[in-house]
Amino acid sequence: MVRMPRAPSEDRIHETLAVNARGITKFFGEVVALDGVDLAVAEGQVHGLVGPNGAGKTTLLGLLLGLAQADGGELEILGSPVRRALALPDGVAGFVDGPGLYPSLTARGNLAELARLRGDGCDGIGDVLEQVGLSDVADDRVRGFSLGMRQRLGLAAALLTRPRLLVLDEPANGLDPAGARHVHRVLTGLAARGVSIVISSHRMDDLAALCSEVTILATGRVVFSGPVSKLAADTGELDYRLRTSDPAMARRVATEVPELHIVASHDLLDRRDAEALLVRAALPALDDLVTRLVGAGVGVRELAPVVAPLEAAFLALTAAANRPSEGEPL
Amino acid sequence: MTAAAVALPRAGAKPAPVRRGYRFELIKLLAQWPIRLALLGCWLAPALFVAAISNQSSLPSDTLFGRWMAQTGWAGPLVVLAFSCSWVLPLLTSLVAGDIFAREDRLGTWRHLLVAVRSPRRIFAAKVLASLTVISLLVAGLAVSGVVGGLAAVGNRPLVGLDGQLLAPGQAAGTVLLAWASAVVPTLAFAAVGLLGSVALGRSPMGLVIPALLALLLQIAQLLPLPVVVRVALPSYAFIAWRGLFTDPAQTGPLVVGLVVSLALALAASTLAYLLFMRRDFTDVAYDGTGRRALVRAVLPLVALLAVTVGVIASVTSASASGIDGVKLDRSLATSFAHLYRMQTAELHRPAVTATELRSSASCDKGGALVADVGAGNDWRCVVTWRLPGSAAVGSAIYQLDVNPDGHYVADGDGPPEVNGFFELHTATGDVQNPLWQIDSAVDLLTPTSP
Repeated sequence: MVRMPRAPSEDRIHETLAVNARGITKFFGEVVALDGVDLAVAEGQVHGLVGPNGAGKTTLLGLLLGLAQADGGELEILGSPVRRALALPDGVAGFVDGPGLYPSLTARGNLAELARLRGDGCDGIGDVLEQVGLSDVADDRVRGFSLGMRQRLGLAAALLTRPRLLVLDEPANGLDPAGARHVHRVLTGLAARGVSIVISSHRMDDLAALCSEVTILATGRVVFSGPVSKLAADTGELDYRLRTSDPAMARRVATEVPELHIVASHDLLDRRDAEALLVRAALPALDDLVTRLVGAGVGVRELAPVVAPLEAAFLALTAAANRPSEGEPL
Repeated sequence: MTAAAVALPRAGAKPAPVRRGYRFELIKLLAQWPIRLALLGCWLAPALFVAAISNQSSLPSDTLFGRWMAQTGWAGPLVVLAFSCSWVLPLLTSLVAGDIFAREDRLGTWRHLLVAVRSPRRIFAAKVLASLTVISLLVAGLAVSGVVGGLAAVGNRPLVGLDGQLLAPGQAAGTVLLAWASAVVPTLAFAAVGLLGSVALGRSPMGLVIPALLALLLQIAQLLPLPVVVRVALPSYAFIAWRGLFTDPAQTGPLVVGLVVSLALALAASTLAYLLFMRRDFTDVAYDGTGRRALVRAVLPLVALLAVTVGVIASVTSASASGIDGVKLDRSLATSFAHLYRMQTAELHRPAVTATELRSSASCDKGGALVADVGAGNDWRCVVTWRLPGSAAVGSAIYQLDVNPDGHYVADGDGPPEVNGFFELHTATGDVQNPLWQIDSAVDLLTPTSP
């Protein structure tokens, strides 16, 4: 008998998963918050969780933080099965629905008291404040902090536990571009050191920049889960803004490109883009267009999607999930 | 590969101990400026108030023991106690216990706290212990500050009790502290109601005002002509019943009943708060208080407890109707008059006389012959008679009584002027307060009324 080479066993796969959720369901009364959700997050992976309001992101993040018990399905965190609320293994940290800070305490005070509550020492407080860029305001009361500063302090509180799995709900909320870049650097650095990160955000640019994989939820169900690149590739045709040195010639060239359509409406463009051309095409047709423009001596100044691919995919998938199926009452 | 070589995380890490949670809660409470202000106020204001009032010529004679504030340092803390029982203690419980759960809702810190502590049960215990600690500190501040202010301003002198007897300084000190200690129990009951409101109503500010609202409602109820079994079943009765410690013999019955009722309420409200808290789902971001159903779950059991308490009190005591009648007033006023007459005798440097030798008696009538001599009202009129040793003459004095439904009354002297008709006495050393002019006293509502 010929022995077939063994596929990687399920156990082997589990060893490398920080989160392994299968068929998770959660109800609030008669409301189905999560409906058979699967989620797999590998060690060292930054995994995005996207969905419209009410899609179940916060509920799922709450389960990952051990705040409640799923009504159905199986959940493993860092290799340990989680069968009841508040029974997570060590090494999970994060926040959901805001960073959860006490305004009458200072930034350092918040972290110190949390560390004492957990029975940890206060040694790393200076380091984590430095990491999130709050050293200068360490002894200020949180009452006076902006939303972005609170988000960063929430992240510092999570980092203080030296997590192996970090669960963050909208961590870039309220951050200015510099603050957002700072947080990105911190999260990317953590992932590089093997920390798994599950992050929810409405900001597609954040997710596209940070995440290697995303899961899109709509009405409690997973409508996509996988690499960001696959999501963008699956998107198909997108609307692109084309600005050239010769708009009239560019329009003529564009009409000759197969599988490419000129979009009549300029509703999606800014007023300053009156000279721009809006085209709808998949990537191969775009390549063809650029080649032809160059051949015709037209300078291409800009060719960019009007809506980012990830956002377009998100909108398409969630709209499809929300659309009532045939026979379903509207 | 051996298991030992793999650094597996601990499955189900242990929850934080209650003492760590308690410390955390205490630090959060003490970091709030309203709590700090309250602590400062409780530890300073009574002393300043008592010291200032005690040195004024016009004393708050409409407040229990207020008329004695210039005579002894032990009256001041009792004035503070009476005032605190009306408003201050319920408001303090609102501030501390009424907000301790709701605050986490407002700040959005529940999930954060749960992840750190990993046990709602321990969070509940820590919060209850921390709020009780702060409330105890506030109550202790009021008591200590009042005592210090009184002793510093007036001195450690005998206190006139509620039936006119003199309590030696040591005895007065013990009784005053006992009175303050007895006020802690109903304070705990109000704190438990505050905790329940805080848990049941989430971030709604209604939770914060529930103890104060309850205190207002109960004060209104105490003014109504309720049957005595209902009156003493109200959790606010222990806030009044401490005055029974200042009669001789002490009216311990109403105090014990009041304390038991308060304890029962404290236990019931805390248990309900615990059950509601443990049922809460912290992943439900739409949660904003547990709504009408939980309010019903919280309020109905407490109303049922009140009904049961009324039934139990009615069956174990012989109290009936208002608990106030002419015979009780006769006895109480005669006793008070005898004790205060001795005090007047001493002020006037007349030969000493004992209460027994005076053989004082009183005859009280309510509203004339057509009105039954029962119940509260300001239409009581009493004639007190007494005899001096070695004299066949019978002295008599008239008092108009304003009797409150809670059993406390003020007897206003109506003559003759040289006995009780004037507020001052002319003595060889100057004018002094006439102890017989107005008499504060109280009848025991739970003793059987006369047929």
